[in-house]
Amino acid sequence: MADKVLMKGNEAIAEAAIIAGCRYYFGYPITPQTEVAAYMAKRMPKVGGTFLQAESEIAAINMVYGVSSTGKRVMTSSSSPGISLKGEGLSYLAGADLPALVVNVQRGGPGLGGIQPSQSDYFQATKGAAHGDFRMIVLAPASVQEMAELTVKGFALADKYRMTSMILADGTMGQMMEPVSLDLEVEPAPEKPWAATGTGMKRSHNIINSLYLKPEQLERTNFERYERYKAIEENEVLCEEYLTDDADICIAAFGIAARVSRNAVNEARKQGIKAGLIRPITLWPFPKKQFAEAAKHARAFISVELSMGQMIEDVRLATECRVPVTLCNRAGGMIPSPDQVLDAIKAAYNGGDDK
Amino acid sequence: MTTQYLFAGFGGQGILFSGKFLAYKGLTEGKHVSWLPSYGPEMRGGTASCSVIVGDEPIGSPIVTKPDVLIAMNLPSLDKYEPSVAEGGMIFVDSTLVERRVQRTDVKTYYIPATKLASDGGIPTLANMIIMGKVLAATDGFNDESGVVNALKKVISAKHSDMLEVNLAAMRTGRDC
Repeated sequence: MADKVLMKGNEAIAEAAIIAGCRYYFGYPITPQTEVAAYMAKRMPKVGGTFLQAESEIAAINMVYGVSSTGKRVMTSSSSPGISLKGEGLSYLAGADLPALVVNVQRGGPGLGGIQPSQSDYFQATKGAAHGDFRMIVLAPASVQEMAELTVKGFALADKYRMTSMILADGTMGQMMEPVSLDLEVEPAPEKPWAATGTGMKRSHNIINSLYLKPEQLERTNFERYERYKAIEENEVLCEEYLTDDADICIAAFGIAARVSRNAVNEARKQGIKAGLIRPITLWPFPKKQFAEAAKHARAFISVELSMGQMIEDVRLATECRVPVTLCNRAGGMIPSPDQVLDAIKAAYNGGDDK
Repeated sequence: MTTQYLFAGFGGQGILFSGKFLAYKGLTEGKHVSWLPSYGPEMRGGTASCSVIVGDEPIGSPIVTKPDVLIAMNLPSLDKYEPSVAEGGMIFVDSTLVERRVQRTDVKTYYIPATKLASDGGIPTLANMIIMGKVLAATDGFNDESGVVNALKKVISAKHSDMLEVNLAAMRTGRDC
């Protein structure tokens, strides 16, 4: 492990973005993701990039829109309340088919909430970041290494499909340090013939816009966009399965909840209960097939979340309600303990609580 | 084997630094490690804490809820975390600042007058590393100083390399007390 360094998750995101060729960062400080901005402020000038602390989150996301229009890799980061502010910009990015990387290191909500870790922006990230029909690719890291790897991946996917990739992390992922290898495989950015880089008097203007006053035309752009989304759902699902092959009880958890659940699964196995874990790495596209497959033999699913139960709806849809799906959760900045998850596994195993 | 450490004390006592040292020590020895700080408002003057896990296996949850080793550098930390220590675990107390004894009888306890030793030794900011010396002595023997030096080199920036020897001396003080 000689080539590994200890880094905070937030710093790993920032360094990985630079490695991925991102030279433009716009943001506004908010706990628990401020280290992303702090790291960028230090590093960007050294690699010839631009770090700019915007006057607000809204300004930052619109700066992202501007730079993305020129075809450059660009990102912003924030935490829950700040992401809500960026909502309008996310919708405009989608409407203009612009690639971008947006990082949400979640904290408890709603409202100003708290500063402790949370996963309660799942709905926002996967279903309704803002108005209009659109999706974002949502990546959920569960280690500092993945914070780095999924950042690189996020840029590649954003460019490939001309849309926003969101890293949906949480306070623990941002703040914790783990060994990380920065030997990352980077795909060079593809050609972007649509970018507004000057015509050189050789072609007509590229127009970046999200306004379509003719409904037929707007409908067509939506249909076309959803064809791309369909391809993403077919080709880009990422998910880790841990001991699911023979699992009677199957946990669904992402990010920090998956780390906690892994301990509980190991303990349950020691106690003779066949437990397993499906950890979605892409929350959208959701690993529907993997859940449907596990539902063929699992007796029950438990969705472990740092929220009041948001991903559980997707687990129920993917398993078509063939088996009970229960919730094991904490909220508001609290984190379930491995013991709490173990109790939920035992309850499900003994056929108890299947509301 | 996996060992879970919880460092707790006032903000400013070097809680996060000693945790980082231990994580780097694990890393330089090829172990799996995680380091998770408290990052709440307690950082600004109240209690600070830091979870460190060092093990031979990939680490699951980075949150230490049942520490094998608790380092309590003030009374609120001992009050808060003493009940959570794993049976058969260890509690290290800065006995200059914590006047009471540990109530638990199923754990090993170490009382180190670290803050006093530090101020007597003219290194008032290094009580944390004095305790760390004791922690290493009690857990892995602290026989091999080269491993300690390697880890110190990672946590002390080149700019402050003069602090390396001072930190090492503080740790020896803790080891030998």
